[in-house]
Amino acid sequence: MATRPIAEGLFEGGPQPRLIGGRHRDSGKYVFPLPSGAEAADYDEAPLSPTGRLWSYTVQRFRPKSPPYAGPEAFEPYVVGYVELPGQVIVEGRLVGCALDDWRIGMALRTVILPFLTEEDGTTITIHGFEPAEDQA
Amino acid sequence: MSDVCIVGIGIHRFGRTDGVTGLDMGVAAVRSALADAGVEWPDIQFAYGGSDASGNADTMVSRLGQTGLQFINVKNGCATGGSALFTAASSIQSGAYELGVAVGFDKHPRGAFDPKPAEWGLPDWYGDAGYMLTTQFFATKIRRYMELHGISQRTLGLVAEKAYANGALAEHAWRRAPVDLDTILASQMVSDPLTKFMFCSPAEGAVALILASERKAREMGAAPIRLKAATMRTRPPGSFEVFAPSLDVERGGTATALASRAAFEAAGVGPEDIDVAQLQDTETGAEIMHMAENGFCADGEQEQWLAEGRTRLDGKLPVNTDGGCLACGEPIGASGLRQVYENVIQLRGAGGARQVGGDPKTAYSHVYGAPGVSAVTILTR
Repeated sequence: MATRPIAEGLFEGGPQPRLIGGRHRDSGKYVFPLPSGAEAADYDEAPLSPTGRLWSYTVQRFRPKSPPYAGPEAFEPYVVGYVELPGQVIVEGRLVGCALDDWRIGMALRTVILPFLTEEDGTTITIHGFEPAEDQA
Repeated sequence: MSDVCIVGIGIHRFGRTDGVTGLDMGVAAVRSALADAGVEWPDIQFAYGGSDASGNADTMVSRLGQTGLQFINVKNGCATGGSALFTAASSIQSGAYELGVAVGFDKHPRGAFDPKPAEWGLPDWYGDAGYMLTTQFFATKIRRYMELHGISQRTLGLVAEKAYANGALAEHAWRRAPVDLDTILASQMVSDPLTKFMFCSPAEGAVALILASERKAREMGAAPIRLKAATMRTRPPGSFEVFAPSLDVERGGTATALASRAAFEAAGVGPEDIDVAQLQDTETGAEIMHMAENGFCADGEQEQWLAEGRTRLDGKLPVNTDGGCLACGEPIGASGLRQVYENVIQLRGAGGARQVGGDPKTAYSHVYGAPGVSAVTILTR
């Protein structure tokens, strides 16, 4: 089946996917996503660390309003977290691979690409997220 | 510099009032404030006013009287009321005027606010993915704060219990029934760790304040409340704000801390001098964090403060004496001015069943909102 990312330029796939961020040319600070439009001139593309630690999280318990939410009609609560990619940036993303109540701040995580939605023609829309990883600290 | 005084206050009750527009409520609040001050609309030399979603404040001249006065509309998100008040006070301090109005009103549809990614400089995928929710921001911010500073979920519940208890005693509040702690903790989980009863809702309401120079206030013979500070600040680098796809690893300060410090400096007092405080409580975690960000306690001390009831009406520092946003709801343009209204009530000793003890002389108000703005006032009598 065909797959398509929720937006271009957010992540690169492969065995260990990475998010694509931006590094500010003057300050050296990292952001995600890589800015577009006029702001893009201030940033260099920067692949982000595929591993990090959970900084904070919550569970989205009700289906957000559509628009803007474009997820499946059938709603399952999902976990939203901020993940600190060491020395770079704290990134927001979906958390998967753990029961809703078992997430803990400080957990080791790695970047994953997840199915977000299946379109009528069978195309799978993908989105970035994080799952528990072996603790290498 | 001579003081700016608050010589009249008016409110249209918060909550839901079918068939009444936001502007109607603004007009009602101005009329009520004029009556409280004992002046007439033609006496008013200038006005600053605004709403976030209910239209242009200056259209109310067709209802109040086309006296030709200077009327400037203010639209500054959650700091709309605070910005109107700051600017009105500055107009008096400059010597340009002696008597004016600051007014704020709003009427929001039911349910959560409905922001569009493009209006926040964000790509569409961010909204598609289900991140465009203020509730997620509040929950993730307090979750981390709880972890770092040892705040329990029970303490989040105690803040809500206090809010509904106080709201039950405030005529202008929306939610007038007390809710017990167990009900709050067991209510529907919205965004962990925050339950339904821990969030405020968008609502309706209006507040107007009549401001006068010290000379004018004396001439009016009123016992004026002095506006010792009115500050508004925006976010510094490294703050944590709503709708953030990423955050700087180097964590920074907050708009609240900047506005608070500036207000204490302007007023020449410190947190220990404050007798009663109204702090932004969009949800219960916000009140907890804002107790520390405004300098009233150290991070983590809130756990003990709430357990001991120190922020209740009979506590050492009563906080949100009319139930705050949790009990009054949040009409964006009016919310900050409601806090000042409530502080004037408390300083006048007119709080009735919710009057704080100890003959309060100094009162503090604090608004915080998207995208990282804060407004603080300090009143004395």
